[in-house]
Amino acid sequence: MTTDIDEQTRLGELYMAALVRAQWRLSVSVLASATVMIGGLPLLFLLVPATLTLHIGPIPLPWLILGVLVYPAVWLTGRYYVRQSEQIEREFTELVARR
Amino acid sequence: MNTSLGITAITVVCLVTLAIGAFGFRLSRTTSDFYVASRMVTPTWNASAIGGEYISAASFLGVAGLVYSLGADMLWLPVGYTVGYLVLLLLVAAPLRRSGAYTLPDFAEARLESVAIRRLCSVLVLGIGWLYLLPQFKGAGLALHTVSGAPAWVGSLIVAVVVVTNVVAGGMRSITLVQAVQYWIKVTAISVPAFLLLSWWVRHGQPIPHVPATPPGHEWARPLSGFGGVEHPVYATYSTLLALCFGTMGLPHVLVRFYTNPDGGTARRTTLVVLALLGLFYVFPPLYGSFGRTYLPHLPTGTSPDSVTLLLPIAVTPGLVGQLMSALLAGGAFAAFLSTASGLTISVAGVVDQDLIRGRLRRSTGGDARAVNGFRIATVAGVIVPFGLSLAARDIGLADTVGLAFAIASSTFCPLLVLGIWWRRLSTAGAATGLVVGGTLATAAVLLTIFRQVHGGWAAALLAQPAAWTLPITFVVMATVSLATPKRIPRGTARTMVRLHAPEALSAALGEPRH
Repeated sequence: MTTDIDEQTRLGELYMAALVRAQWRLSVSVLASATVMIGGLPLLFLLVPATLTLHIGPIPLPWLILGVLVYPAVWLTGRYYVRQSEQIEREFTELVARR
Repeated sequence: MNTSLGITAITVVCLVTLAIGAFGFRLSRTTSDFYVASRMVTPTWNASAIGGEYISAASFLGVAGLVYSLGADMLWLPVGYTVGYLVLLLLVAAPLRRSGAYTLPDFAEARLESVAIRRLCSVLVLGIGWLYLLPQFKGAGLALHTVSGAPAWVGSLIVAVVVVTNVVAGGMRSITLVQAVQYWIKVTAISVPAFLLLSWWVRHGQPIPHVPATPPGHEWARPLSGFGGVEHPVYATYSTLLALCFGTMGLPHVLVRFYTNPDGGTARRTTLVVLALLGLFYVFPPLYGSFGRTYLPHLPTGTSPDSVTLLLPIAVTPGLVGQLMSALLAGGAFAAFLSTASGLTISVAGVVDQDLIRGRLRRSTGGDARAVNGFRIATVAGVIVPFGLSLAARDIGLADTVGLAFAIASSTFCPLLVLGIWWRRLSTAGAATGLVVGGTLATAAVLLTIFRQVHGGWAAALLAQPAAWTLPITFVVMATVSLATPKRIPRGTARTMVRLHAPEALSAALGEPRH
């Protein structure tokens, strides 16, 4: 019964808590991957100095990564998140509507 | 330099902005029009509008200026401006739209059911807005000076007048289309000259810049080298990145644009398009910084590095083509100042009017004052302060000033939004204490940096990029005080959480309950 959620009965609250938890877990895991992927770059430059002097054609590797490659990577991360997040909401809505 | 082309480009951009503002005045004037119109706006258009408002003086001129003067570490700025939208997408986009809040103070009041916190947020919006407006005026002065030799205050004044005229007339507010078009103007203005420079560079032997390492061993093209005397570059890089990634969600002009999305799901998809559009734009500014080092190794004395983007085409191809390209860039830069300054001014004036002026005006005039007068007073007040500061402030890079605004936003609104959206135990006392502590620390750091009170060493590095310590402190204070004051948890928290997180499809189902 969908009114469970609206009236905030105990069951409805449990459902909502589960939804919020699922979304939170997704957000945090994607954020963690992004942190490793992007936040790890300065560390990589620092710990592996060879990455600083590597050139692709005339362009130094850090310039190629920070100037170009990082943007498609960020977009793909965002797309993954949007799809997963919509999936969670779809399943939740179906679950509630079925009852 | 042929000044008439540049002046023409700037004049055209200003006149078009004013004309569309006047046209928009007749189209729609209320918040609800804004909302209704939004139902016809696709995520792509709306995302263009967000991009149009977001790409400011700092992005258009400042990034290239800093890459030119400080080298590879500054490549993180555009990356951070973009990743800020990824973090916004992950943590707040859909719930924020579902909250129905139009401004940050609206959200704070709805979530925490406290007028005091609303006021606190209004003061913060005002501070961040002023700090962000300052470089728009400074950039305008710089751009006009570069193309025409006019004194810096003229360009600042032109932007201030155009923005005030438009906002007071009520234009710009409703027009997603204008901001969307501004985005494409800016992308065109920055990409066409960049491609010409690129093809010139490819055809002429692809020279790479040779920059004398200053201090010795600190190389311009190498990240984390401390080129240009930057101390503690690793800390500076991480702290800047943190401020940009977590500050974007707390900028006053960002949330308003999200309101234009019809629902939470669209807010997510719009943000995804924003990520693509920002990535497309931010490929270009570092190119100017880099080509600048190749073709303009020595700037004339007294020339700000922020003007390198505008000077580059003429330096490379002194003929008509170079002049046309410089004029195009100057026009694009003015589009950036005008759109960002308009967005900020509307947000700042709205908050000042609603929370700081209206009550007082009504008291002092016995209720006679019309609401629109309050908004007009607020607009002028909102613009005069940063305009005055832009004339008085010492030379500080455009992107540096914007970075300070991001630092304050990340140390105040970011914890408020993240905890408010995801944590049921956030209490009124916790939120208020966190905002005061984070706001005070970050503002103090910003003021000490602007007025150069601390020289060199760790202290200066910590104050110049405060987010790495102010952001965690605010989170800890907000959470700890909340846990200690469970009685101050707003009574409607459970209900608010349902509104923030329940999918729209479910709300639709609730409209017709099946038993």
